[in-house]
Amino acid sequence: MIDKRVKSIAEAMQGIKDGSTVMFGGFGAVGHPAHLIDGLIEQGAKDLTLVGNNAGSGRVEPLVRLLAAGRVRKIICSFPRSAGSVVFDELHKAGKLELELVPQGTLAERIRAAGAGIPAFYTPTAYGTALAEGKEVREINGRHYLLEHAIRADVALVEAYQADRWGNLTYKLSGRNFNPIMAMAASLTIVQSQHMVELGDIGPEDVHTPGVFVQRVVHVPYGGPASNLATAG
Amino acid sequence: MDAQAIIAKRIARELRSGMLVNLGIGIPTLVANYLPEGVNVFFQSENGLIGTGPIPEEGMGHPTLTDAGGSPVTALPGASTFDSATSFGLIRGGHLDLTVLGGLQVDAQGHLANWMIPGKMVPGMGGAMDLVTGAKRVIIAMQHTAKGKPKILEKCTLPLTSARPVDLVVSEMAVIGFPGGRATLLETAPGVSVDQVLAATEARLATPENVVEMPL
Repeated sequence: MIDKRVKSIAEAMQGIKDGSTVMFGGFGAVGHPAHLIDGLIEQGAKDLTLVGNNAGSGRVEPLVRLLAAGRVRKIICSFPRSAGSVVFDELHKAGKLELELVPQGTLAERIRAAGAGIPAFYTPTAYGTALAEGKEVREINGRHYLLEHAIRADVALVEAYQADRWGNLTYKLSGRNFNPIMAMAASLTIVQSQHMVELGDIGPEDVHTPGVFVQRVVHVPYGGPASNLATAG
Repeated sequence: MDAQAIIAKRIARELRSGMLVNLGIGIPTLVANYLPEGVNVFFQSENGLIGTGPIPEEGMGHPTLTDAGGSPVTALPGASTFDSATSFGLIRGGHLDLTVLGGLQVDAQGHLANWMIPGKMVPGMGGAMDLVTGAKRVIIAMQHTAKGKPKILEKCTLPLTSARPVDLVVSEMAVIGFPGGRATLLETAPGVSVDQVLAATEARLATPENVVEMPL
């Protein structure tokens, strides 16, 4: 019987190695797996490369505490510095945190490509800007494009609205964002889900992420302990 | 009317019923407040939503429904949500009629710089590079000067956002277009003279005979 449910965050985070590339979903706090990142702090893996849209704000949310703990070597994101992103700023200025800045659409497509088996693709975004430096340029039908490479991860941390024991997922409203494409782009996809439902409760046509992309699911009701740790940004 | 209101109100007049529109953070967000009566547009938010409605009343926001700036929004009947790859497929794929974005600098050809101040600040571009590259029309909402210094320059000193020039710049002083790739003064705000605009602009502005007053 396939059952991807695990009983605790600690169990969900088992086996993440030092030096891993870890993706995390979310647009600010929405659809962001704050509990799993809290679990990653406890779990202890270090020398991590993170991939996500933001770099957190304030000093208490798990993502920021993971950075502040010196466990992250590099972050790949599109908007690291929202209001109050003090910890990112401090670490980056001190040379303790490498930043790869990627336009948001290019970031999404690089992640999507990895999950879809496409090693690289051409995009018009950032052609003719400082970000084009060192990148292959190709002219197609009179327009210029940059070659961008897929981003794969060892681990994806995802927040879902509903999950069943096979790992079929739905997302709520704007909580979907980067989660479905990250679930496809990693070797180990770990999900925190607000609701656990029975097989069949999510109609086949309503599944947003098919369970084949998911390895572990842990139930984290919305509003539960630590869920208020991620702040908007 | 303050500077931000003038800019937002003028840009709102560029919206037409049926358009799919993306508003950036800051002054652009205010454009939605001045939508002319009878004009119905679809607002897209790049975090994965078409059909954003008014800001919910205090405490009535849904915890998983925000705009791209992280502020609570509502979803109108008929709204749809989708993932980030689809959202930017929509933007990059030419399905977006108009984007309104903030700017740090714009040059005489209409090139925008709005994502980085080297050595000082790396806010990141978020979706701006994709929006400027992919939207059918790009309007920049920004104050004419920053601390008394012109923001419309002969050449941007900050890194560019895109090789694609913007279509229109609306400030509290003027509306500037780029016909034939050259910055051209199209309108002046009420009470602002052409000479005042020229004095506050570093880029050489073409000034046709028929510069009109900004309709507000």
